[in-house]
Amino acid sequence: MSSKPRVVIVDDHHLFRSGVRAELGAELSVVGDAGTVEEAVSVIREQLPDVVLLDVHMPDGGGVEVITRVGEECAAVRFLALSVSDAAEDVIAVIRAGARGYVTKTISAAELAEAVRRVAGGDAVFSPRLAGFVLDAFAQDAGAGSLNADQRAAEDRELDQLTPREREVLRHIARGYMYKEVAQSLGISVKTVEAHVSAVLRKLQLSSRHELSRWAVQRRLVSLDGP
Amino acid sequence: MASAQAPAGQSRAPAGSPLRRRIGRGLIVVAVAALFAGVHLSGSHVGEGLWPLVLGICGMALLWRPTVVAGGSGQSRRRTLREYLRRPSQLDAPRLITGALLVAFASAALLHAIGVQHSLGKAIWAVAIIATVLGLVMGPWVVRLGRSLSFERAARIREQERAELAAHLHDSVLQTLALIQKRAGDPREVAGLARRQERELRSWLLKRPDRGEGDSVATALERAAAEVEELHRVPIEVVTVGDGPLNGRLEAVVQAAREAMTNAAKFASSERVDLYAEVEPDRVEVFVRDRGVGFDPHAIPADRRGVRDSIIGRMERHQGRAAVHSRPGEGTEVELVMERGSSA
Repeated sequence: MSSKPRVVIVDDHHLFRSGVRAELGAELSVVGDAGTVEEAVSVIREQLPDVVLLDVHMPDGGGVEVITRVGEECAAVRFLALSVSDAAEDVIAVIRAGARGYVTKTISAAELAEAVRRVAGGDAVFSPRLAGFVLDAFAQDAGAGSLNADQRAAEDRELDQLTPREREVLRHIARGYMYKEVAQSLGISVKTVEAHVSAVLRKLQLSSRHELSRWAVQRRLVSLDGP
Repeated sequence: MASAQAPAGQSRAPAGSPLRRRIGRGLIVVAVAALFAGVHLSGSHVGEGLWPLVLGICGMALLWRPTVVAGGSGQSRRRTLREYLRRPSQLDAPRLITGALLVAFASAALLHAIGVQHSLGKAIWAVAIIATVLGLVMGPWVVRLGRSLSFERAARIREQERAELAAHLHDSVLQTLALIQKRAGDPREVAGLARRQERELRSWLLKRPDRGEGDSVATALERAAAEVEELHRVPIEVVTVGDGPLNGRLEAVVQAAREAMTNAAKFASSERVDLYAEVEPDRVEVFVRDRGVGFDPHAIPADRRGVRDSIIGRMERHQGRAAVHSRPGEGTEVELVMERGSSA
């Protein structure tokens, strides 16, 4: 993108909003911010920004609520979830609500600006941790016992599984590779990497795997207790 | 009802206290014997008032015993009457019936003894009316009492939780904030303190038990990362997929990963280190990556034993393998692969 993406920051911590504004002011054009779901809804409707930086945790419903309320009417607005939380269920919930990516608040300013540009360009942004969650949630043996494979349409099965290439891309992201480095390592173009990540995002959002998020959490809990 | 409940009851039955069960059975036998004896004796006029009393006491003992002493496995636990009525266990059913019969018989005998059986109908009406009136008068008060008791209990629990939370915040967050204020001049130190506190608070929030050394690959790696981070003040991002119990070979992987993280933190001058571990059913892969200065792996000086012995050598000794990918200026990635053996 040649022009600066227009960004709205939604976070209930004033300090954080002003911090991001100060850090990103040079690279992005911050057109508004909001500290509550109500404010966010009206600012987004008014400004129709390219990207909304969205805090996952807010007192009155959080990021999921904001996306639910304006996601459909402002279809051109893209959401990038931002959180201090590592809890799989929060992250996967906001992605399934429609966010195009997830990064942690400890991300550096340069990386955040890059992530915003990527989301504005229509791509998905996965932090290493999110890539790890997704690999966990789509583990190959996952849910095999809970559903009868014959009862599921081929389409659904395609949505419930990652291709080997997608898995490989996600593993690289989980290892801390940037898209450019993933491309180099796998001998593919950055565009292809982006396409794979977007496909994974789509699967994450549309998969009919029953209660994906809860399942992912359980798996983590189970795995914490040992097999 | 008793038979339908039996399977559920059986699992909760007091398997751990045969003595107690034997006492219960004994009580039933004694009570039945007493019942027959009572029937037999009530014909004659021996101890007319005494027998019903004894039988009544036996019956009450049978009825109340299981509600007070529940057969938890091993330890006795008090059960409320309501809980008990909802879930009578297998053994309780005959005891209940016997007890009820005994009490009924005792009451009848007692009524017979004092000669009021002819006006029994009237008496029952009178008792019913008095009970209803009493219930209407006292009911609200009893309900209020019960409610205020449960409120009080809830409040006490809340207060306990608050105190626990306050204690935890005081020991952790407030201490760290105080330290940060003191060391405000040293940004590296401050960042390290903040990070350590963050990690601690996070694991507390996720209620992750602080386990001892060596029970799962993911926790062992996380602990190793935390230690290296603390020693060398470079943030290490840990991402794990899957998990499994540690064994001797996997401990070698953790040690090698620790060494790789230490190297990255000490020599790479990278802003952060990424650790990614994937625990699959048949093998474990760990990647330690930095974006630091990098080096030429083929030109490791002979005196730099860290990589050769602690990482590659260690992995090979345990039938694993390690590879170091690095180029000057492009950071370093150490790759560790270990098949998951069943034992060390």
